[in-house]
Amino acid sequence: MQWEIVIGLEVHAQLSTSSKIFSGASTAFGAEPNTQACAVDLALPGVLPVLNRGAVERAVRFGLAVGAHIAPRSVFSRKNYFYPDLPKGYQISQFDLPIIGQGSLTIQVPTTTAGQTYKKIVRLTRAHLEEDAGKSLHEDFHGMTGIDLNRAGTPLLEIVSEPDMRSAAEAVSYAKMLHTLVRWIGICDGNMQEGSFRCDANVSVRRPGAELGTRREIKNLNSFRFLQQAIEYEAQWQIDTLENGGTIHQATVLFDSDKGETRAMRSKEDAHDYRYFPDPDLLPLAIDNEWIEQVRNTLPELPLSKQTRYVADLGLSVYDADTLTSSREMADFFEATLNEATNEAKLCANWLMGDVSASLNREDRDITQCPITPQQLGGMLKRISDGTISNSAAKEVFKVLWSEGGNPDTIIETKGLKQMSDVGAMEAMVNEIITANPAQVAEYRSGKEKVFGYFVGLAMKASKGKANPAQMNEILKRKLAG
Amino acid sequence: MLNSSLQQLGAALRSKKISSVELTQLYLSRIAALNSKLNAYITVNEEMSLAQARAADVQLAQSPTNALTGIPIAQKDIFCAMGWRTTCGSKMLSDFIAPYDAHVIEQFNRVGAVNLGKTNMDEFAMGSSNETSYFGTVKNPWNRNAVPGGSSGGSAAAVSARLCAAATGTDTGGSIRQPAALCGISGLKPTYGVVSRYGMIAFASSLDQAGPMARSAEDLALLLNVMAGFDERDSTSLQRETEDFARDLNKPLNGLRIGLPEEFFAAGLSADVAQAIESSIAEYKKLGASVVDISLPNSRLSIPVYYVLAPAEASSNLSRYDGVRYGYRAPEYTNLADMYEKSRAQGFGDEVKRRIMIGTYVLSHGYYDAYYLQAQKIRRLIAQDFVEAFKQCDVIMGPTTPTTAFNLGEKNDDPVQMYLSDIYTIAVNLAGLPGMSIPAGLDGNGLPVGLQIIGNYFDEARMLNVAHQYQQVTDWHTRTPQHIEV
Repeated sequence: MQWEIVIGLEVHAQLSTSSKIFSGASTAFGAEPNTQACAVDLALPGVLPVLNRGAVERAVRFGLAVGAHIAPRSVFSRKNYFYPDLPKGYQISQFDLPIIGQGSLTIQVPTTTAGQTYKKIVRLTRAHLEEDAGKSLHEDFHGMTGIDLNRAGTPLLEIVSEPDMRSAAEAVSYAKMLHTLVRWIGICDGNMQEGSFRCDANVSVRRPGAELGTRREIKNLNSFRFLQQAIEYEAQWQIDTLENGGTIHQATVLFDSDKGETRAMRSKEDAHDYRYFPDPDLLPLAIDNEWIEQVRNTLPELPLSKQTRYVADLGLSVYDADTLTSSREMADFFEATLNEATNEAKLCANWLMGDVSASLNREDRDITQCPITPQQLGGMLKRISDGTISNSAAKEVFKVLWSEGGNPDTIIETKGLKQMSDVGAMEAMVNEIITANPAQVAEYRSGKEKVFGYFVGLAMKASKGKANPAQMNEILKRKLAG
Repeated sequence: MLNSSLQQLGAALRSKKISSVELTQLYLSRIAALNSKLNAYITVNEEMSLAQARAADVQLAQSPTNALTGIPIAQKDIFCAMGWRTTCGSKMLSDFIAPYDAHVIEQFNRVGAVNLGKTNMDEFAMGSSNETSYFGTVKNPWNRNAVPGGSSGGSAAAVSARLCAAATGTDTGGSIRQPAALCGISGLKPTYGVVSRYGMIAFASSLDQAGPMARSAEDLALLLNVMAGFDERDSTSLQRETEDFARDLNKPLNGLRIGLPEEFFAAGLSADVAQAIESSIAEYKKLGASVVDISLPNSRLSIPVYYVLAPAEASSNLSRYDGVRYGYRAPEYTNLADMYEKSRAQGFGDEVKRRIMIGTYVLSHGYYDAYYLQAQKIRRLIAQDFVEAFKQCDVIMGPTTPTTAFNLGEKNDDPVQMYLSDIYTIAVNLAGLPGMSIPAGLDGNGLPVGLQIIGNYFDEARMLNVAHQYQQVTDWHTRTPQHIEV
């Protein structure tokens, strides 16, 4: 019998404000422990939180990007629990009145066939603002625990999805799309190693059509690979448990990436009673339409819109459109290239996803660190398009542009890479070849058309590879026909 | 000099009749002589006070200066003052040296007032008698067997015994007005949001409000002029035009409508207090005021509502005292949970623990709706009663407390009896309204009675006018405790 896997994700995206959500301390990563924790972050007696407007603006940007309702009035609540890296003894979060209501995200999920994807809409339940806790460091302190409060008070947007995903692949596609989107709209740097984008996955299994099974929550997955592995392991574990007559108990689990398995951290029975109540130090957060419209006006065109446009207007494949919108920088690069090499969308896409991406990967760079500008690339592609150079000559131009830079036209000129388009000269070459190879000509004329390739080879050799292949073929065919 | 108003002291300082250093020394010597009897101060730091006085003298030599430049003010030990031990009356913070200034402290520093010391208070401002302080009970200067009231009992006793020119207090359920009444001084709790709470150690954030404590309404106005003001570090601080709270002091009271809530004159009010209040109302009629009978029907629910909401907020506000970063940590413990439990068990007193437990309970899953949410709804009804009442009157008057100062230890075994001593003051905090208490007579034992004046939102200037006019025709506010040598 079949099992259906049901997954919902909670993503914590660290908002890219320069100061914390309720204090003026810096949020920069990597400072010496406790050097970026002010009196408010330390929860000294008498200090009070003041909401960072930039964090609110970023949450609104997100809400608009996923077509969600922006609450005109939302409330900050205190989530009470004791932990040494939680200085106030409560976390300021949003509980029953979050800033962002229901929205949705369209994802492209890869299938087992390479290059094939299917589209799916994942519903978002809500997104809310909250502060991060500090860090407990359990090593290097000789049996004691070190506390670093630099991260305490960092603004987070917790984005909660409906349990709409049915496979690890769907969950990963969703997480990647979200990761793309938050960077796209400039609210999060997306750095997963530094913890700027963390996923919790709620996983359950059921027979198709049955009620939702009991879920277990896998905490703190900080790479897409771990997300995939953890969900696959967890789902299989639940299926095995149920098939062996066991039951699933609600629990929070951790993924051990070394062993590739999930392990229960705490059960529902040890769950805290967080005693949520509205934070009396903060007024309800009011957001008026004027502000929402201001934010809307600064939103860039979103990836889904670009994808649709690339397919409909530019004739690209869904796969190409998806790849070119993997980041805003990539899409911007593509569009700037296309701006130069007008009407050559497919050519631009092929080069960007081919030689450019391969070269970037080889040097472990991303598109923002590409040594070639879109103007240089487009300028070169324009020359393929108008027949000035061949594809193989273009690869040489590309190499020079990559390592030395320069103007593509100048490179074509100085390297003598221009295609031969002089019909008279080409005809002369062909005449010579025909004269020099009477046996092969006879063979061709007797119907053995395979020999044509032999003549093409000779012609390209004679032209030192510069002949325009299409033109040369035409001349060859005409002359050989006699 | 000790009976001079702030206005007179300021004039003396500016005309060089006395220097700030001399004035500060005068008070410091009185504190040295009398504090052992009254226990009004937790911390005195002559060096720091005199350094400020010297700076004030320099400032006074130049002009212009503020009315309070060079005047020694006692600060309730709930305000963080940089370099000063700031205990909030608790063992938990008995060694805590504040690394920053509260907004209120900054405001006084800005005008060159002298911080004379930190006054005793109920632990974390939880108490009505000053008996919950880790630093010992404060004695009422009028009768050292009686309580001074609380939680700002140290400030009230210090003003009353002339151990400072004026003082600050905070009021969550009556903590300025009740001790002011019991010690025979004037005290004002402003509208919630008028004085920034930044750096004021939180008890119940939605109710806490700082205010001045002094010997006259006129003094209160000068103090409030310094304390009030918008502060962006407190999200509940109100952005308003700067106002001079003394501007209306001398307005005649012709046509003033005084509302008398029937609920404030019902069972539980002692005869002596009732009589004093009636006399003062009669005085107001002579000044041209008229009286309107009003009703605050939901105010009878103030105490139960308060003892749900205030402990709920307190239970969360006091979570930060965990022994991890500062404050008291138990000397011995076996693990993290044990460290928390022992540090908090040893660092907090009984009343604080009682309120943390009540607050934790009312916020717990399954009880929240029945207690916290219900209490919030009633809180709105209580506030609405005042809105209705102020359609009929300009100010509301009544007793500040049901009795005069009770004896030390008298109500210690019965928290509910203790809580009832704030029965007339709590509704004002729940509504966020301004309220004040001024001396209005003495009972049969010679203990002071306080008249409470409640104003509409932001009507502090009018309340001060109403109080000042009364103090122009009566002398209750000038009476001094017999046992204190002036």
